[in-house]
Parts: sequence; C-alpha cells; structure tokens
Amino acid sequence: MIFSTLNGVLYGMLLFLLASGLTLIFSMMGVLNFAHASFYMLGAYFGFQISQWLNFWVALIVAPVLVGLIGAGVERWGLRTVHKWGHVAELLFTFGLAFVVEELVQMIWGKLPVDYRVPPLLDFPAFELFGTTYPAFRMFMLLISVAIFLVLLLVLTRSRTGLIIQAALTHPNMVAMLGHNVPRVFMLVFGCGCGLAAIAGVIAGPALVTQPSMAHVLGPILFVVVVFGGLGSLPGAFIASLLIGLIQTFAIAINYSLGDMLATIGMARPVQGILNDLWQVTVAQIGPVVPYLMLVLILIFRPTGLMGTRET
Amino acid sequence: MAITTMTKPASLPLDLAKRYGIWILAAAVMIVLPKIFTSGAALTTMCLMGIMIVFSLSYNMLLGQTGMLSFGHAVYYGLGGFLAVHAMNVIAADKLPIPLPVLPLAGGLMGLLFGFIFGAVSTRRAGTAFAMISLGLGELIASLSLILRGFFGGEEGITANRTKMLTLFGVRFGPQIEVYYLIAAWCFACIVLMFAFTRTPLGRMCNAVRENPERAEFVGYSTQMVRFIAFCISGFFAGIAGGLAAINFELMNAVNISGAQSGVVLLMAYIGGVGHFFGPILGAVLVTLLQVMLSDITGAWMLYFGLIFIGMVMFAPGGMAGLIMLHLPLWQRGTLLRILPHYAVMAVPVLMSLAGLVLLIETAHHQMVKAASDGPAMAMLGIPFSSNTAPPWIVALALLGGGLWLGRLYGPKLAAAFSDAAHGKDLGKEAAR
Repeated sequence: MIFSTLNGVLYGMLLFLLASGLTLIFSMMGVLNFAHASFYMLGAYFGFQISQWLNFWVALIVAPVLVGLIGAGVERWGLRTVHKWGHVAELLFTFGLAFVVEELVQMIWGKLPVDYRVPPLLDFPAFELFGTTYPAFRMFMLLISVAIFLVLLLVLTRSRTGLIIQAALTHPNMVAMLGHNVPRVFMLVFGCGCGLAAIAGVIAGPALVTQPSMAHVLGPILFVVVVFGGLGSLPGAFIASLLIGLIQTFAIAINYSLGDMLATIGMARPVQGILNDLWQVTVAQIGPVVPYLMLVLILIFRPTGLMGTRET
Repeated sequence: MAITTMTKPASLPLDLAKRYGIWILAAAVMIVLPKIFTSGAALTTMCLMGIMIVFSLSYNMLLGQTGMLSFGHAVYYGLGGFLAVHAMNVIAADKLPIPLPVLPLAGGLMGLLFGFIFGAVSTRRAGTAFAMISLGLGELIASLSLILRGFFGGEEGITANRTKMLTLFGVRFGPQIEVYYLIAAWCFACIVLMFAFTRTPLGRMCNAVRENPERAEFVGYSTQMVRFIAFCISGFFAGIAGGLAAINFELMNAVNISGAQSGVVLLMAYIGGVGHFFGPILGAVLVTLLQVMLSDITGAWMLYFGLIFIGMVMFAPGGMAGLIMLHLPLWQRGTLLRILPHYAVMAVPVLMSLAGLVLLIETAHHQMVKAASDGPAMAMLGIPFSSNTAPPWIVALALLGGGLWLGRLYGPKLAAAFSDAAHGKDLGKEAAR
C-alpha cells in the first residue's frame, strides 16, 4: 500500500514534469505539442548516451540543456514558419515531428530497449518495509522532481521572467504592447518546456524502460493530464498528474472484475457470447483505459478541466 | 446553368460530357488498370488504394469539409472491419443467403452506429476540444481492443474466409482480380456518393460551419447538428472502407483500429490536400504507392514519410491538390508555359538538396543499422562507397547545403515570376518588392 502510494506519487511527479511544460506551451502559443513526449524520449536517450561516455551526473545536466536547445531550434525554424497557416497546421507539424523523432531514435539506437542502468552511487535499497525493499534511485527521482517543482513555482511567481510568462498566458497582446519580445518568450518557454521533459526522461530512463515506443506510450496520457487539469493551469496539471499517477498504480493491484461483482450480488456470471470478456476483465486490465475515459468525460461535462479558466 | 442550357440547346451533349466526363473517365481507368498492371503485387496495391481512397475521403468529410480534426477515425474503420469479419464467419457457418458484395454495407452500418454513439458525445464541441475527445475515444477503443479478446481476437486478430459465402453468377471471389473489381465498384460508388454529398445543402452547411460557426448559427442552423450528421456519415463510409479491408485481407487485428491507423489516414488526407475533393484520393494513391515502393527500396521509409509530411505542413498546407490548383489561374490565363523555364532552373537546387538529404539518410541508416552485420560497404546509383569514411558524408552535406543556399538565392525570382504569370506584370513587380 505504501509502496503503491509512493510509486503513484513518483509517476505523478514525472507526469507533472512533462505536463507543466506542455501546459505552459499550450497556454502561451495555443499549440498542443504532440512531440512533447518525444523530447522526453530524447532526454532519456541522450542521458543514456552521455552516461555511457562520461557519467550519469554530467548527463543529468547536459542532456536537458541539449534537448532544450533542440526544442528552441524547432520553435524558431519550424513552428514559427508554420504559425501563419494556423493552429491546425501547428498541431500537425508537431504530430509529424513526433513521427520523425521516433524513427530517428529507432535508427540511431535500434528498436530494442537500451541498457540504461541506475548509477552505481544510487544502486542500493533505501529502506525496507514488510520485507520488501524500495530502491534509492526512486527516492532520488522523487527528490529531483519535487525540487524542480519548487524551483518552477518560485521562478514563475517570484522572478521577473516568470511574471512576464504569467502575463503572457492571459494577456499576450498586452505583453507585446508593453514592448516585450513575445516570439522570444515563446522560444524560451518552448525550449525550457522541452528541457523539463528531458530531465524527466533522464531520471525516468533507468527506472522505466528506455525504448523507442516510450514517447508513444506516454504521449496520450500527457494530454489527458493537461486537459483534465485545465489547459494552461499549473495547479490543475499538478493535481491531475498525481491523480492519474495514483489511479494507474493502484488499478494494477486490484484483481476484481464485473463478473465477480455480479457473483457477489448473487447473479449468474455470463460466460457465453462474443462479449463475454467484458465480464471477466479485471480492474487491473482496465487500468490503461481509465485515463482516456476520464478525458472524454471531463471534456463533455466540464470542458475547462478541473482548474482551467478557459474552454479548450 | 438553366439559362445557359436554354440559350444554347445545341451544346447540351457537350454540357453532359463536361459534367459527367470525369466520372466516366474515372470508371474507365478503374476498369482498365488491372489490364495494364497485371502483376500480383500491382493488383494487391491497387486493392489497397481503393480501400484507402474510401477511408481518406470519409476522413476528409470531417477535416476538409466540416473542419473537424479527428485523431481517432480508425475506430470506425476498424469496428466496421471487425463486424464484417464476424459477419463473414457467421454467414459461412449458418449458410445464410447473403452474398459477399453486400458485406461492406454491414461494416458501414457498424461505422454509422458507432459514429452515432460517439458523435453524439464528441460533436457537442468543436476545435481543439473535439480533436482531444476523438484522441481519447480512439485510444479508449484501441486499448479495449486488446482487452476484449472475444470480439477483437487479441494480438493475432480474427480471420475469415471470403469464398465460403453464397455464390452469385459463379463468382466466388477467390482470385484477387475478382476482389479488385468488387473494391473498385464500391470505391466508385462511395466516391460518387461522397461527392454528391458535398453538393447537397447539408454539405454546403458543413462548409459554412467550418468557415464561420457563428454565422451558421445566425442563419438558423444548429452547428452541433450539422457536425453530428457529418460525423455519422463519415463514420458510415469509414465503416465501408473497413468492410472492404476485411474482405481484401480476410483478417482484422488490433493494428487496424489503433492510433497508428488514425495517423495514417490523417497523413493521407493532408498530403493529398484537404481543401479539394480530389485531394484525399490523390493522397491515398500516393501514400499507398510510397508505402509499398519505399518499403522495398529503403529501410528508413517511415522517416521519409514523416519528413514528407512535415515538408507539406511547412511549405504546402494545401497539399498536392493545393499545389495543382495553384496553377489553375495560370492555365486559365494561358501563362503556364512562361513559368516552366523558372521551374526548370529551380529544379536544380531542389534536386541537389533532395539528393543530399537522401544520401545523408541512407548513409546514416546503413552505418547505424546495417554496418554491424553487413559491413560498411554500400552503393547508391551503382556507385560503391563505405559508410564509415568521410567522403559520402561530406558530399551529402555539401549537396544539401549548396542546394538550400542556391534555392534561397533563386526563390524570390521564382516567386516574382509566378506572381507575374498569375496576376500580370505590375502585381508581379509589387510582390517582388
């Protein structure tokens, strides 16, 4: 139970590292960045490569910077060109980019998962509870993501740049009127968002599996988080990340099906028919479906999301 | 139209030929094609093209016509296909008197049913919200398809045998050529129906809802209702495409209903051009051809695919159809020939950079993927070289860089010449400045 909670919170914090960048990018530029999870994947692979050449701690600093620069380049020479064709074209551009990044990663590092190991310094059990150990690296991941969350909060609420970004979220035209270079702020936010995603990639790579499909698996969940929390709302993204992290981790542990429910209230369990699987599927199997169900429901009943102020 | 025909009754046959000529031509092409390309591979490709034309046109009914960006259109294609496969099995088992050619209709009805259910939910909202709901629904069904093994057959899918059905006029649909004509007939009918739909008042209202939903509301139409109906019809045709696929492959699996399939149909429609009716047809033909041919030639074909898509989004948002229609004013003014020399000049840097890019990708692909097992030796255009030496990389980068530089140099001149040819001398000068 405690482990599930810890894992859930950890997964949620990782999601938040990604979602915070995505939601900032969306609320400033109006672009739902389909390639955001691809930058997370690039972070993981860069982290792997650099820790092969040098070590993990260099990778933790260098990989996000590199990915951030790539992100800024994509914004400068890609998205800004597409901007004049409208939002749909921008969305499709990032869609194509995600496609290309996955192919490139497959070409360079192969289709199989790479052997991205936990650094030896952190390769020990942190504590033991009921005979099961919890790895120290996971605690480190939690620590890093919480630290970044706090830094992000401070930067956004206390620094001058943060104030400009916050102002640009709600009143982009007014900010431009005041003489700020809004395109450059866009580039900055896009680059930083990608860098944040890359940090998540570097620290998640050894714990989860680093493989070419990791972006594809995480991408849609990320949209769920951002839309569920309310587009452009950081607190919303935070709550939604934790919620989805916890739901997904706990669902795996529950072995209960609709058929069991019928059996407990004294009804015969239907075993015939083409849809008989519907009765035998356990909550654990349904787990991956839950976020999408949440997405559809929230968009229908509360289109602004949990904490959002504007409609999608 | 009525006035022209009244004043010039003599031109009536000509009018008819003008109006229906393109359809007669299309039907003729569909009938003649397998006589020209007789190989088995060509036939399979053409069958696939027919299916994809229906699918991408149904998609364009949403994106191009009504302005709804969907990321989950494979749901209706896949569900239609799965129902058709199950129907084939049931009909064969119970010896029901239903012939194979009507089966796509079953798929279509399945698509219509789910278009009705999901459309009622998702078309309440437009724009990005609609896109997100469609993504959510698409992922929902895709995940469910791996869970509900009874209906979707898990990873390996559901198989059927199309020859076990009621035989009409001695046609058993065993050989591929008979299946081709079945697909071609359905494809032609669907194209005609979908084109006819764009000409109905409802089809026009779809355009209005795309262009300006607020005004459409003021005219007295419910934009939600218009979107809903368009969504249902689109689901119907996607289901037909799925049914055709079920007949063609005799197999349906989770890939057919996945997000990847939704992505492919989006690529097809967009590369072809969503702004014109014939765009998605062009896109379906081209993308299918690329899929079949490129995957034979190079291992990195998916990468080329993605790059073509990005290039299209960045430089030609109208797609292939948009590029063709761009030349319509030139054709009408009779100045099309004047622009050709400029294109010939521009072709040099374009080909240069393309050659550089291809060389770069191929060398990189060889070095990364194949060099470990086959060694660094490779060849392009019959020229042998090693992928682990510097010269091919230098040549590739030089070609790419040089091509881009020359292209930038000549680009403005081409733009001026084009505008000159399209609008006349003065405006052309204006644009150049």
